[in-house]
Amino acid sequence: MTANPGTPPTPSVADRVRHLTPGDTVTACGFLGETPVLVLAEGGILFASTDERRVAAHPGGVILCAACDGSRLLTGGDDGRVVETTADGTAREVFSGKAWIDTVALGPAGARAWSAGKTVHADTGKIEPGKGAPKTFAAPSTPGGLAFAPKGVRLAVSHYGGVTLWFPNAATKPDVLDWKGSHLPVTWSPDGRFVVTAMHEPQLHGWRVADGANMRMSGYPGRVRSMSWTATGNGLATGGATALIVWPFAAKDGPMGREPAIFAAGSSRIAAVACHPTTEIAAIGFEDGLILLIRLSDGAEILVRPPGAGPVSALAWAGKGAAKGAAKGAGNASTLLYGTEDGAAGILTL
Amino acid sequence: MPASSPICPRFLEAPMSDKVPVTVLTGYLGAGKTTLLNRILSEPHGQKFAVIVNEFGEIGIDNDLVVGADEEVFEMNNGCICCTVRGDLIRVIDGLLRRKGRFDAILIETTGLADPAPVAQTFFVDDIVSAKTRLDAVVTVADAKWLSARLKDAPEAKNQIAFADVVLLNKTDLVSPDELAEVEARIRGLNPYATLHLTQRCAIPLDRVLGRGAFDLDRILTLEPGFLEAEEEHAHGEGCGCDHDHAHDHGEGCGCKNGQDHGQDHGHDQDHGHDHAHGEGCGCKHDHAHHHEHGKDCGCSERDEAGRIIHRHGGLKHIHDEEIDSVALELEAPLDPEKFFPWIQNLVAVDGPSILRSKGILSFKDDPDRFVFQGVHMILDGTHQRPWNDGERRTSRLVFIGRKLDRAKIESGFSACVAA
Repeated sequence: MTANPGTPPTPSVADRVRHLTPGDTVTACGFLGETPVLVLAEGGILFASTDERRVAAHPGGVILCAACDGSRLLTGGDDGRVVETTADGTAREVFSGKAWIDTVALGPAGARAWSAGKTVHADTGKIEPGKGAPKTFAAPSTPGGLAFAPKGVRLAVSHYGGVTLWFPNAATKPDVLDWKGSHLPVTWSPDGRFVVTAMHEPQLHGWRVADGANMRMSGYPGRVRSMSWTATGNGLATGGATALIVWPFAAKDGPMGREPAIFAAGSSRIAAVACHPTTEIAAIGFEDGLILLIRLSDGAEILVRPPGAGPVSALAWAGKGAAKGAAKGAGNASTLLYGTEDGAAGILTL
Repeated sequence: MPASSPICPRFLEAPMSDKVPVTVLTGYLGAGKTTLLNRILSEPHGQKFAVIVNEFGEIGIDNDLVVGADEEVFEMNNGCICCTVRGDLIRVIDGLLRRKGRFDAILIETTGLADPAPVAQTFFVDDIVSAKTRLDAVVTVADAKWLSARLKDAPEAKNQIAFADVVLLNKTDLVSPDELAEVEARIRGLNPYATLHLTQRCAIPLDRVLGRGAFDLDRILTLEPGFLEAEEEHAHGEGCGCDHDHAHDHGEGCGCKNGQDHGQDHGHDQDHGHDHAHGEGCGCKHDHAHHHEHGKDCGCSERDEAGRIIHRHGGLKHIHDEEIDSVALELEAPLDPEKFFPWIQNLVAVDGPSILRSKGILSFKDDPDRFVFQGVHMILDGTHQRPWNDGERRTSRLVFIGRKLDRAKIESGFSACVAA
């Protein structure tokens, strides 16, 4: 690879990136079918196939949250609207209210959920506008995150003091997983055994769903804003530190009493993490704009993008949703899409 | 010693000038917060504001950047028991910041019952908020007619005054000059370091309220009580009915009404030449520009019928509150940083819940720079500010505003920090 003795430079695939010009902060990204889509702060969605197309999903508004499962993209804005966009470029309003939409989530079999203020809304995704209404649930405080269980319609709602597990279609009393403090993004392990939140403090908190056993994952220098399950579902890869931290969840007790695996220290903190859907590889984006691919078996690194253009704010592999959800099979599993706060974006095809 | 000694984490990631300034408006119900807010939003000053309010509907101004918040106060799991933040503000500010370039500053209106501390602490404790915004000042609007009553029955009202950087004593047209003097004295007793403005219908030049830099370490110049600093062109409107003389220069031998001896020991050694609000018939004839350190034997206090301690400064009296008070200390001898930092960190760790605000300008031995710090409860933030100027009095000054502060304990602890 190089004739240089000493430390060889990180191998690079940066020349294989097709650059995009979204012209706005990228807040999330994902794939709708084969088509890479960028969610832009100022209300637009960029369909970044070879013939670019823009969809004004939230005209005049700012998109605050997004979820993508490979066939649907759900966005919530400060215009109080929830919009579902599909691969054909149709943007359909599924909800409109007064308060900001703080969180959205997509679930199996067309389920979707969102929250505005303390109110969480969930529906099966089959409700046509004007017919029927989504189920609602009043969280104890404004939710910081929503996540559907991988199977069945059960929604984890994170809030101050813990997580509530709510069955929107059943009258059963929601289960509460308590832990003091403010819980922000929430995720289920792909096998459904664990629920993990990133807290306002620089730490994660996890529960074993079966018995509510607590697990605290700390040691981060800053708040964790991005989490992604590895391809096997046995590891949770996280940002928040200058190195990639991967917590082991294979054992019955999850990461309790175990050390995380640590990879690839950069010179700034990791802002975004996305694990490849089928291979044990993680893409990590730093606050200085650097993007690396890490092979989780041996920590080998490949450069995707040198630093610049602000923190990496969105990362997604084809075949996996923007952030949460795990609809397999869609798109080309070796395509990585990224975007930054200062409006850089690109597509890497391996 | 580190240049900065925060107890709770604080990350300065953007230079001060790039950060969006945030002004917090507090005040008991009906004091006039919304009036001030509407004034700020409607006057032609060329600035665009995003406004975070708690109740929709009161703001009469059409502004698409008005956002509702829920006053969700969260405790932090960092072992700091008074470390509370406003979770809703973190979320709302994060959302607002996505509207880049659409506003220049943020105003936060709190409810009448709100404690300002969690709001202020949010700007120090949360790394994302503190990287992109900075707290400019806490502005408290008080009702001249009802404040005295509220201070008796509403602890929130007292907190809001004690916490403030700027106090607007509003509705002064609804009270007699005597009542006004009484309520002013109560405010000064609670918080002598706030800048006090007397207003009607919150009429005040907006630069007295905005862009104060009250939490900007670079702007800590002096720790004089607020009424000794240049202030108080207190927005006299037409028919304001205020008949007292502003900007009078007093000479020695003032023969000040209350019979106190404002002599040598008050150290009339500076000339601020300020204008200020005197009560009726103040008749004071002395220079108001003085350093005045109230010690136990300062000899300028008396007690009123209720046994409250009253200080008079040429017609400006302080009515000391039984609960909230301030402690100001000064040491001439240079301090030892190895003694001072452990002491102050321990003091705020132990007594943080009762210390509302603290500030200091410090002179360390063999250190050419002024060290300045400020704090909110347990959170301290400090920096080497600038070299001491030639001819500048190199002394160390500390100010605490808090609840039932143990002056003797603080004083002896501070004295023990003098370098050997």
